[in-house]
Amino acid sequence: MSTVINVRNLNFSFDQDEQVLPVLKNMNIAIQKGEIVIMTGPSGSGKTTFLTIVGALRQAIEGSVEVLGQQLINSSEQTKVSIRQQTGYIFQQHNLLKSLTAQQNVSMTLEMFNDMSEKERLDRATDMLKAVGLGDRLDHKPDKLSGGERQRVSIARALAGRPKIVLADEPTASLDKQSGQEAVTILKHLAKESGASILLVTHDYRILDIADRVVELEDGMIRSN
Amino acid sequence: MNSFSWFYFPARLAWRQLIHDRTKLIAAIAGVLFACVLVFMQLGFRDSLFASAISAPTKLNGDLFLMHKQSEAMWRPVPFARSELMRTFGHPAVAEVSPLYLGLTWFKNIEKQTKRTLMVYGYNPEAELFGLDTVITQQRELQVKDTVMFDEYSRPEFGPMRELLEVGRIETEINDYTIRVIGLFRMGVSFASDGNVVTSDQNFMRIFPGRSLNMIDIGVIKLHPGSSTDQVKIDLQQRLNEFITIFTYDELLEYEKKYWSNTAPIGFIFGFGMVMGLVVGLVIVYQILFTDIVNHRNEFATLKAMGYKQSYFVRLVFATAFFLAVLGFIPGLILSISLYHLAESQMFMPMPMTFGKAINVFMFILSMCFLAGFLAIRKLKDANPADMF
Repeated sequence: MSTVINVRNLNFSFDQDEQVLPVLKNMNIAIQKGEIVIMTGPSGSGKTTFLTIVGALRQAIEGSVEVLGQQLINSSEQTKVSIRQQTGYIFQQHNLLKSLTAQQNVSMTLEMFNDMSEKERLDRATDMLKAVGLGDRLDHKPDKLSGGERQRVSIARALAGRPKIVLADEPTASLDKQSGQEAVTILKHLAKESGASILLVTHDYRILDIADRVVELEDGMIRSN
Repeated sequence: MNSFSWFYFPARLAWRQLIHDRTKLIAAIAGVLFACVLVFMQLGFRDSLFASAISAPTKLNGDLFLMHKQSEAMWRPVPFARSELMRTFGHPAVAEVSPLYLGLTWFKNIEKQTKRTLMVYGYNPEAELFGLDTVITQQRELQVKDTVMFDEYSRPEFGPMRELLEVGRIETEINDYTIRVIGLFRMGVSFASDGNVVTSDQNFMRIFPGRSLNMIDIGVIKLHPGSSTDQVKIDLQQRLNEFITIFTYDELLEYEKKYWSNTAPIGFIFGFGMVMGLVVGLVIVYQILFTDIVNHRNEFATLKAMGYKQSYFVRLVFATAFFLAVLGFIPGLILSISLYHLAESQMFMPMPMTFGKAINVFMFILSMCFLAGFLAIRKLKDANPADMF
């Protein structure tokens, strides 16, 4: 198995009002291809910060963060964009574009690349929406969908580009127990099918069973590995 | 990405976002439309002013024109001695010279007896100083004592002259002097006068008893065919008194135009109104684009997290600006065309909607929208995914 995420001695702190607030302290973690890792921990433990660093949304300057073979510490904008494009990101809120239909939303992932025709893109989006059980909601805009349906659309969007890594930030936080369970089960199923690794950050203990491995982050350090 | 999708994808998203919120779209279009109509009307009035201001000199028949240096414009001339004009006869290229007398005075409406000011042009009809067909054909009748011809394009406040003439009601007063209107011609009103009357030089003196044939307002010179207008102008400048200005035909038109755009504040007023229209439009479009970016900040940050580049959003904002410009311009043009027609029929001012004017205004509106987009783009930097999630 190859390592898709390899984090070594990562330190990260926020500068606030001339005060330095350390968030991540000497963090080490490696995630293998196809592995599903859930990271738990109390709020404020730095989970989301860690996720945004790995997802190339936030710049870290100390340590080593290798994602898909590229170093993200002090990386260029180009490297970051390239990592973002190879990563599926699922947000706490669905963050769908409200002017677009479900199908168009999923299609947005594919429009970045010029390797498909419009028909191929829409077909792929349709397939993805069918896979998340929304084959009959293609032309619905987000405001016509339920919370669970929206999160499933955003799972379809994250996976439509066949990413090697899926990063999920509390994807069940705004969902009830049943739709939350449904969403992560679908996520696991699709990821296993395409061989993608998942790093899921949550403090929803009801979904821990989908993970291959659970790690706990406390005060910026991994406690159990 | 190829060049098509480079612009097509952000433009398509811009379009979908625009039509998603119809109320806001209509408000945005109304803003651009407002700016558009304002600019069109200011431009229309200004062009109409210039076109009508020179409707009289445009019709003048001559190669060189003499005016007193203190004459700011044709409608307010300073008279000078007729002998100055006669001296130009000494130049071999000069074929014919004729004096033109101008006077602003009131004309009595035959029907309502109300008085309104118009411009009276006096000259020897045989000299054919104005290229007015009906005046030329009736030049003999115009030699008769107390006869004038009336400009059909004068404002309607002077009365329905055509109908009145047909029923033989031709007698009225100009400057308290009774005259007969023997025919009509077509010249056009200007900002200086609401109407025009042409009469012979002899009749002019009867209407204006204070004036003398020896003090003329404009001297019109016709040259022998084949002579160089510019050379004769230089020659004459050395012979004539220094208080005389010599114009060629084009220079005279330019002088008149310049008076209205510079000396008279009117040109400035319309130019200022146009700029204000654009500024108001700019502020409206900027507000729309700005709040649009703020409202979509979350969506933009999401797209950035998915791997979209900053330049994609810049194209998206400019595409939005472009759509607003086009969507506001089309109804703005239609509305302006009908307003132009209204102005032409109600105010008797020539207000043509030319293709060039439409293109000009569209360019104004487009630059206005792009400038607004350019200003709004700075707000895009706030859409930083790391800060939002």
